[in-house]
Amino acid sequence: MLSFEDIHVYYGHVHALKGMSFEVMEGELVTMLGANGAGKSTTLLTISGILKPTQGQIIYEGRNLSGFSPYSIVRSGIIHCPEGRHIFGGLTVRENLMMGAVQRRDHSQVKQDFDWVCSLFPILSERIGQNGSTLSGGEQQMLAIGRALMARPRLLLLDEPSLGLAPVVVQIIFDVIQQLRQNGVTILLVEQNARKALQIADRGYLLETGQVVLSGSVQELHANPAIERHYLGG
Amino acid sequence: MTQLQFFIQQAINAISIGSLYALMAIGLAMVFGILRLINFAHGDLIMVGSYAALLLLAAGVPFWLAALAGICASMVMGLLMERIAYRPIRGAPDVAMLLTSFAVTILLENAAILIFNPTPRPFPVPEALGTAQRFGSLRIANIDLIAIAVALVLLVALTFFVTRTQIGISMRAASEDLLAARLMGINVNVVISYAFAIGSILAGVVGLLWSMRVGKIDPLMGFYPVLKAFVASVIGGLGSLPGAVLGGYVLGLLEILLQGLLPSALTPYRDAFVFIALIILLLFRPNGILGSVEKEKI
Repeated sequence: MLSFEDIHVYYGHVHALKGMSFEVMEGELVTMLGANGAGKSTTLLTISGILKPTQGQIIYEGRNLSGFSPYSIVRSGIIHCPEGRHIFGGLTVRENLMMGAVQRRDHSQVKQDFDWVCSLFPILSERIGQNGSTLSGGEQQMLAIGRALMARPRLLLLDEPSLGLAPVVVQIIFDVIQQLRQNGVTILLVEQNARKALQIADRGYLLETGQVVLSGSVQELHANPAIERHYLGG
Repeated sequence: MTQLQFFIQQAINAISIGSLYALMAIGLAMVFGILRLINFAHGDLIMVGSYAALLLLAAGVPFWLAALAGICASMVMGLLMERIAYRPIRGAPDVAMLLTSFAVTILLENAAILIFNPTPRPFPVPEALGTAQRFGSLRIANIDLIAIAVALVLLVALTFFVTRTQIGISMRAASEDLLAARLMGINVNVVISYAFAIGSILAGVVGLLWSMRVGKIDPLMGFYPVLKAFVASVIGGLGSLPGAVLGGYVLGLLEILLQGLLPSALTPYRDAFVFIALIILLLFRPNGILGSVEKEKI
C-alpha cells in the first residue's frame, strides 16, 4: 500500500533520514520503534507531505507521492495524527472533529462518522461544546485520534498516541487502535511504549539515526536480544 | 448643551471611531493569527480603495458603485500583496516578513505619490451622508451613525463566518495550529487568501468611511489607521479576533475620553497619553486584554 524507497530528508542542516526504506501492506498494523531522534516523526511528516524528501520515492497505491501537497495527500486517504496531539485549543470539540472531515463532501456519511467517533470515545460527546484547551491530556489525545478518524482514512499514521498518558487511558486508546484495524484501517504506529506496540502490531521496524536497522514480524522482533534489551527493558 | 447631551455626543463619537479601528484591527489580526506577520501595508489598502473610489467618482460614476469598486480595489490589492510579496517568503523568520511588509508599504505609497502626486485631494461626500441629525441641541453626524451601523453589520456577518462556515472555522484552526491544520487537509493557501481578502474588504470599507470623515485623501493616509489598528490589536491581544474588536473600541473610547478630560494645552499630546495607557496595560497584561499566555501541555 505504502512504500518508502531510499528516502533522504534534511531538517535544515540535519540529515534526518538517510536512505529509509520500508513497506506497509493493506490492512496491516505496522509499528515503528526507535530512540528519540531516530527519525520516526520525520518519517511520518514526510509521508504527510510536510517535509519533502531530497531523494527517493514514496509510492502509495501505485502513485508517487513526492511533491504532493499535504492536503492532496489527505485527499488520497492518508491522515497523520501528530505527536503532542496538536488539537485546536480555541475550537470546540465538535469543531475540532469537523476539521478532520474538512475535505469530505459526503455530508450524511460524515454525520454517521461523527456519531461513530463519539461512540468510540464517549467522553468526547460529554465535552462536545467545550473548547479543546479545557480537556485533560487523555481527552485531548482521544480528540486528536477522533479528529483524524473523521477523515475516514485508509492509512492512519499515529505518532506516540500513548505519550504521557495514564495507563487506563493508554488501554482505551490501544483498544480503539485494535478496533480500527479490525475495521480494515491500515495503521502505521510510532510508539515509545514498545511492549504495548508489539502486542498489537503485525510487523515492526527498528530505526536508528534515520535508517531501518531491523525489521520483521513481532515474533521475530520479540526474539531479538537487542530489542529485548533496549526497548523491552528485559 | 446639557451634560447628558455632551456625554451622548462623545459616546457616539467614540463608538464611531472605535468601529473604524476595530474593522482595521480585524484585518491585521486575521493575517497575524495565521502567518505571524504584522502587515503594516494593511493601511495602504485604505489608500488604494479610496483613490479608486475617488477616480471613479470624478469620472461621474454613482457613489454607491464607486464605493463598491473601491472596496473591490482594496481586496484585489490585498490578494496581490499576499501572492506577490508574502507567499514567496512564507516560513521565513518573523522579522523578514515584517520588513517585507515595510517594503510593500514604501512601494505602494511611493507609487501612489508618483501616480496621484502628494497633494491631498478633497473626497466628495454625498449630501445624504454629509449632513447631521439634530435632536434638540444634540447634533450627530450621519457619517458617525453610518460607521457604527456598517461596523455592526460587518461584525455580525464576520462572527457568522468564523463560527458557522467551514472556511471560517478552518481559518481559526489554522491560526491556532498551522501544522495540525495542514495535517487535517486544510488548504492553507486558500485560507490565507480568504484572510487577506476579508481583511482587505474591511480595510476598503474603513477607507471610504475614513475619507468621508476626514474629507480628503492623500497617498500617506493609511499610516495613521494602520498604526491605530496595530495599537488596538495589541490592546486586545495580537492575533485574537474578539481582542481586535475590543481593542478597537477601547482605543476609540480612550482617545475621546482623553480629548475631553485633558486640559486644552495638552490635547495635542493626546496620542502620547494613549501610548502611556498602552504601556501601563502591557505591564499588567503583556498579551493584551484577551490574549492568552502561551502555554504548552505536556
